[in-house]
Amino acid sequence: MSTNTTAAAATGTREWRSRFPTVNYLNADYGIWSWLLTKDHKRIGLLYLISVSFFFAIGGAYAGAIRLELLTPMGDLMQSSTYNKVFTHHGIMMVFFFLIPAIPGVLGNFLIPLMIGAKDMAFPKINLLSWYIFMAGGLITFCALLFGGVDTGWTFYVPYSSNFSNTYVTLAGLGIFINGFSSILTGLNFIVTTHTMRAPGMTWFRLPLFVWSHYATALIMILGTPVIAITILLLALERLSHVGIFDPALGGDPVLFQHMFWFYSHPAVYIMILPSMAVISEVVATHTRKPIFGYSFVAFSSLAIAVFGFLVWGHHLFVSSQSVYAGMIFSMISFVVAIPSAVKVFNWTATMYKGSISYDTPMLYAFAFIGLFLIGGMTGLFLAALGFDIHVHDTYFVVAHFHYVMVGGTVMGYLGGLHNWWPKITGRMYPEGWARFAALVVFVGFNLTFFPQFLLGYMGMPRRYHAYPVGEPMWQVLHVMSTGGATVLGIGLLIPAVYFIWSMRYGRFAPANPWPGTGLEWRTPSPPPTENFLVTPVVTWEAYEYRPIEELQTIGPGEPDQPIDGQHPANRGTETEER
Amino acid sequence: MSTHAEAIEHGHGPEAAHEALAHHFDNLEQQREAGALGMWVFIAQEVMFFGGLFLAYLIYRMKYPTAFMAASNHLNWKIGTFNTAVLITSSLTMALAVWATQTGRSRKTQVGLMAATLLLGFIFLGVKAYEYNEKYVDGLIPIAGWFDPVGHNVHIPAGVTTGQYQMFFWLYFAMTGLHALHMIIGAGILLPIMWMAWRGRFSPEYHSPVENFGLYWHFVDIIWIFLFPLLYLLGAHFGKGH
Amino acid sequence: MSEHIVPRTTYFAVFGALLVGTAITVAAANFDFGRMNDIVAMTIAVTKMLLVLLFFMHVRYSSRLIWVIVASMFFWLLILLLLTLTDYSSRDWFGSNVGGIMSR
Repeated sequence: MSTNTTAAAATGTREWRSRFPTVNYLNADYGIWSWLLTKDHKRIGLLYLISVSFFFAIGGAYAGAIRLELLTPMGDLMQSSTYNKVFTHHGIMMVFFFLIPAIPGVLGNFLIPLMIGAKDMAFPKINLLSWYIFMAGGLITFCALLFGGVDTGWTFYVPYSSNFSNTYVTLAGLGIFINGFSSILTGLNFIVTTHTMRAPGMTWFRLPLFVWSHYATALIMILGTPVIAITILLLALERLSHVGIFDPALGGDPVLFQHMFWFYSHPAVYIMILPSMAVISEVVATHTRKPIFGYSFVAFSSLAIAVFGFLVWGHHLFVSSQSVYAGMIFSMISFVVAIPSAVKVFNWTATMYKGSISYDTPMLYAFAFIGLFLIGGMTGLFLAALGFDIHVHDTYFVVAHFHYVMVGGTVMGYLGGLHNWWPKITGRMYPEGWARFAALVVFVGFNLTFFPQFLLGYMGMPRRYHAYPVGEPMWQVLHVMSTGGATVLGIGLLIPAVYFIWSMRYGRFAPANPWPGTGLEWRTPSPPPTENFLVTPVVTWEAYEYRPIEELQTIGPGEPDQPIDGQHPANRGTETEER
Repeated sequence: MSTHAEAIEHGHGPEAAHEALAHHFDNLEQQREAGALGMWVFIAQEVMFFGGLFLAYLIYRMKYPTAFMAASNHLNWKIGTFNTAVLITSSLTMALAVWATQTGRSRKTQVGLMAATLLLGFIFLGVKAYEYNEKYVDGLIPIAGWFDPVGHNVHIPAGVTTGQYQMFFWLYFAMTGLHALHMIIGAGILLPIMWMAWRGRFSPEYHSPVENFGLYWHFVDIIWIFLFPLLYLLGAHFGKGH
Repeated sequence: MSEHIVPRTTYFAVFGALLVGTAITVAAANFDFGRMNDIVAMTIAVTKMLLVLLFFMHVRYSSRLIWVIVASMFFWLLILLLLTLTDYSSRDWFGSNVGGIMSR
């Protein structure tokens, strides 16, 4: 964008700038088609960034409407049928079009080839196709919301969604069905890229944990998403033919829908949280300047989460007609899945021990993630217990729990990751002071929004209601706190949006390795050239091989802010001339 | 990872100049490996996609065994057997087409074998269309308002509800319909591959598209290998009088 | 690193076996084995599938990674089928077979 020759010359005081070619992936081509037809994984990552932000804003607007309605006990802002649509739209937009694609789509696409030393994804065209599919699915669903909306809840449970709903369920379902294939193709690309495109010397146990976590995410995308695709297809067929396999009139069982839905949608929670854990592993290592404690445990815990995540879906069905015996089995396995998550939390904490901790913005988000994910995860164990779940099922306790995991986990990780790699993505630094301030605002706003909801839920406030009794004075107090917190959170999210855009033009230029980190992505210029590396890197060091700052300059074959083989690009001949 | 280092060395060899090599791969071997792996991962996805249908079938089959057996008798097992043989034969011709490109046979052989595969695929689909029409004539299309076996003199045994009957046919149409859709998509992909073969693009060095399409076609065959006994043969012993 | 080329004779042999398998499964369907009906039919189908997988799809000659992918797709399919079955098969146990879950 603005990292052209003129801008670089303007800050010519920085010596490193003159050493690098000023042609990078951002200014290699110009014009709208160079972006819309790009096969460069970095540009596709940015396309995802723009579209995901758009869907996040829509989902956020619906959240604002929900919080505004709940400010007072009476349903005075909207009718219950409108409210049904508003929370459904909030859920659909946030889950399917923000939380699931956000980190894999933006940071995963951008970073995985860089981290493993590849020129691109294994299938660049499929990568672009997956963005188009995502946009098609997103816009179709968005149209369904505009035409009149959906009132089934994001879970589309039958019979709410089958023949008893006269809203745009089929159209919204079509959008989500299409969007699923975007997820599948992204996962396919991640798996094949990790297997076949690693640079020489980049063994599996030298991979950054970011790649391990995304590999586990991709497994879930491949093996889970098709099941929701077929489920939604069957639901759509049921709506079109007016009978179907979930229809009790034929002897069908509506609970079968819940089984099939949660077979994907519970692992989908791990699609949301694993990439965030991927970011946190990188951020914690980089900003404490220590190798991750128990690398292989953290790596395998990602895979364990991916596998065990598929065995627990029945804990969403404790109050359905699911057999109590199946409930017991699902409950027990749900406790087991906490183990690999806890391994990660303990190992990040142990990594920080005696580390040289910096309090840069990414690390602040990592702190927030660890604390909030801990609360979110622990309350998940409450809900995995059969007895307690029946007490708080479908109350605000559940709402608070999954917002601690999804906002406290995924969104914190996403924001932390964006800050951590913003210098690499744009070649510019974000304003650190503002960013730290925004991180604090987000943290405070988040807790103020969602902690009262735990209390509300425990007191019995059900979810998905637009009104609540006036006779419960505490309820309104807590709801007012929650709405106030949501306002703070909204402001906290607007600040980064403003300074990120500002920094693209006015931020100071970023060095190749600002933090500094040890991954391959930090050993290529910021922003990277189109094919990522000036020469194919050869990896001779272990992951997270941190040294004292003065020693760092000589790690491996390349200095942190020099091209990978230490040679001046101008001496490289053909490789650079091509660009 | 010395093999990768060697692979990089190969990248500067003569095969790096192959017209089919994409810019981001080091050599054709890496490209072929990535393509095959991608196809297998895609097939894993397909297995889970059909898995949802098999799950629904399994649950209702367990709940309503009698109804499913009785309804199954309305499917013509002779036609089903014929179609199974057709599909297996098309798998053979596809496997031979892959073999023909691997061993560098003439493009006529390659295209001929692919054309045979395509033709057998269309025969299968034609027979399927004939069967669907039979169901329509008997009032067994499981759409609300259309499903009327009693009105079409189809006998429903005692102890079985029309709804359970309809459930079987709903699943029958969903499963075979999705399978047929996969075959139609397969035919659509095979045509450009045939065109590439006709242009002589495939050789023992480069034939990934044929190979990967073969994997897909065999996968569709495997689905049918399960659908056939589950749907057609279920009730054959139940009483041949129907 | 050249790939393994399966000889034509193998393809024809597998094709013959698949046709025979089809004939057997049709023939077997005309006998009533009682509860074994499905097991017989599925055994034959799985055998046919393995033939297609191993020879037509070259899994027998493929890398370990392909074996792992094939194994994991069946593993996940089994998770989907069996874990859902734990629900449907134990729904009417309540009160009649309380010890059932414990004896597993």
